[in-house]
Amino acid sequence: MPDTVTVVVNGELVTMPVGSMVAAAVLKAGVSAFRKSVSGQPRGPLCGMGICFECRVTIDFEPHCKSCQTICQNGMDIRTDE
Amino acid sequence: MSRRQLICDVLVIGAGPAGLAAAYRVAENGRSVVVADDNPDAGGQIWRGEARNTKSNEAAAWFEKIRNSEIEFAYGIRIFQQLSPGKLLGETDNDVCEFSYQKLVIATGARERFLPFPGWTLPNVMGAGGLQALVKGGLPIAGKRVVIAGSGPLLLAVADYLKRHGADVSLIAEQTSRPKLARFSFSLLGQTQKVSQALRLRSQLSGIGYLTGCWPVAANGFDKLHSVTLRRGSRTWEVECDYLACGFHLVPNLELPQLLGCRLDKDAVAVDDFQETSVADVYCCGETTGIGGLELSLVEGEIAGLAASDKKELARSLFSVRNKQQKFATALNSAFELRSELKSLVAPDTIVCRCEDVQFSQLQSSDSWRAAKLHTRCGMGPCQGRICGAAVEFLFGWQAESVRPPVLAARVGSIREG
Repeated sequence: MPDTVTVVVNGELVTMPVGSMVAAAVLKAGVSAFRKSVSGQPRGPLCGMGICFECRVTIDFEPHCKSCQTICQNGMDIRTDE
Repeated sequence: MSRRQLICDVLVIGAGPAGLAAAYRVAENGRSVVVADDNPDAGGQIWRGEARNTKSNEAAAWFEKIRNSEIEFAYGIRIFQQLSPGKLLGETDNDVCEFSYQKLVIATGARERFLPFPGWTLPNVMGAGGLQALVKGGLPIAGKRVVIAGSGPLLLAVADYLKRHGADVSLIAEQTSRPKLARFSFSLLGQTQKVSQALRLRSQLSGIGYLTGCWPVAANGFDKLHSVTLRRGSRTWEVECDYLACGFHLVPNLELPQLLGCRLDKDAVAVDDFQETSVADVYCCGETTGIGGLELSLVEGEIAGLAASDKKELARSLFSVRNKQQKFATALNSAFELRSELKSLVAPDTIVCRCEDVQFSQLQSSDSWRAAKLHTRCGMGPCQGRICGAAVEFLFGWQAESVRPPVLAARVGSIREG
C-alpha cells in the first residue's frame, strides 16, 4: 500500500502522508486563507480540533467541511474561499 | 437518512486518556462498552496520532491494553442531542446514530482558551495545541519560524514537539510571572515523575528563550501573519514569524454535561468521590472536571469506569492516587492564572466573536452575554460560543446561562430524526 495520498487544493496537486488532515494539505499548498468571514476577512485554522469552525472548506463540492477533522483521500477536490 | 442503533451497558463520550481508561475498566469488568468520539481516531488531544504511531511509553501501554479489551469504538460522531435519559443522538458525515445505555461516562476533555488581541484573527495565528494538532495531521513545519505565546505547560510541550520536527521556534512568551512559576516548581518537589518530565523538557528546549511575564499585544500582517509584537515590562518589540501558536491555558468542554443538566462548580463539572455527577448514572472524568493533566485524567477515568461497573471498592483503592494528582492540579491552575493586564489587550475594533465578526466596542454596552447575543449575535455562529465564551467570561465576567440542543451545528435531517 502506498504511504502517501494526493489531493487537489484549488486545482493544484498536493501529496501528503496517509492519514493527514485536509487542513494540513491546504497549508502545505501555500494557502493560508481557508474562508472569508461574514465581514469578508480572510481566516484560517485556529483550534485544530474541530471546535472553532474557522477551517471550513469545500470538499468534493460539499461546502462547510471542517478541514481539521477530515482525513485526506486520494483525488479529493478541496476548495478554499467559497 | 439511515439511523444506526448502538446499545451498550456503558457509553463513554471521548476517546482521550480519561475516556480510554474508563472504557478499559468497564470492559475488564465484563460490561459492554462503546466509546464515541468526534475525531477520526482515538487519543484525544494529548495522544493525538499515537494510536497508530506511539511515541510515549505510557500511551503505548494504554493502547496495548485497549487493543486487548472488548471495546467498541464509534469515531467521527458528533453528539448533539439527548432524546431521553439513557438515549443520545449523534450524527456522522453519512448517518445518524442513536445510543442507548444504562450509564454514561463523559470525558469530553478541554480546549484552549483564546484571548482577543489586535490581529488574532489573521490566518496563521493559531492555538498552541492547534498548531501541534495540524503538524500531527501532516503539516510540514521544518524551517518555519514559530513564536509560541500564552500560558500553561502546554506551551512547553508544543515547543518541544515543534522543535523536534524541525521548526525554528524563536521564543516562548509565558504571561505568568517568574515568582508564581517558581512557587509552582517548588510544589512539584516530591513528585518525581513530574520533576523528571520538567527537567527533560528543559534540556530539550535549551536554546529557546522562555520569557515569563511576556505576552503578545498584536499580530501583524495584511492577509496573513507577518510578525508578532510582544511586551515584557516596559519593553515592546516585534518578531517576524510564519506562525504564532497562542493559547492561554485550557478550559473544559462543558456543552454536553450542561445539556444533560450536570451541576457545575467553578467552571468545571461537579462530581462526587466516585466521579458521579449531580445526574444519576452520569459520570464525568478528565479535564471536563477541571484542568489537571494526563495523570489525573487517567486515574479519574479508571475510577469512573470502575464505579460505572459497580466496583466501588476497587474504585476507592484509587482515591489516594487521584488526591495526590489533584494537589498538583490546584498548584498548576493557580500558577497559570491569567493576569488582569491581559484584559486590556483588546482594542475597540478587535473582533471578539470570530463567527459573527462582533467587535469589542459593540459588546461594551451589554450587561450580560444574553443581552450581547440579542444585540450583536455574539456567540451565536457555528461554534456556538465555544471560542468567544471563555474570552467574554475573562473580559466581562459573563457566563453561558443555558445550553440548548443541538449542542453542535447539525444537519436538519439529523435533527428531524430526534
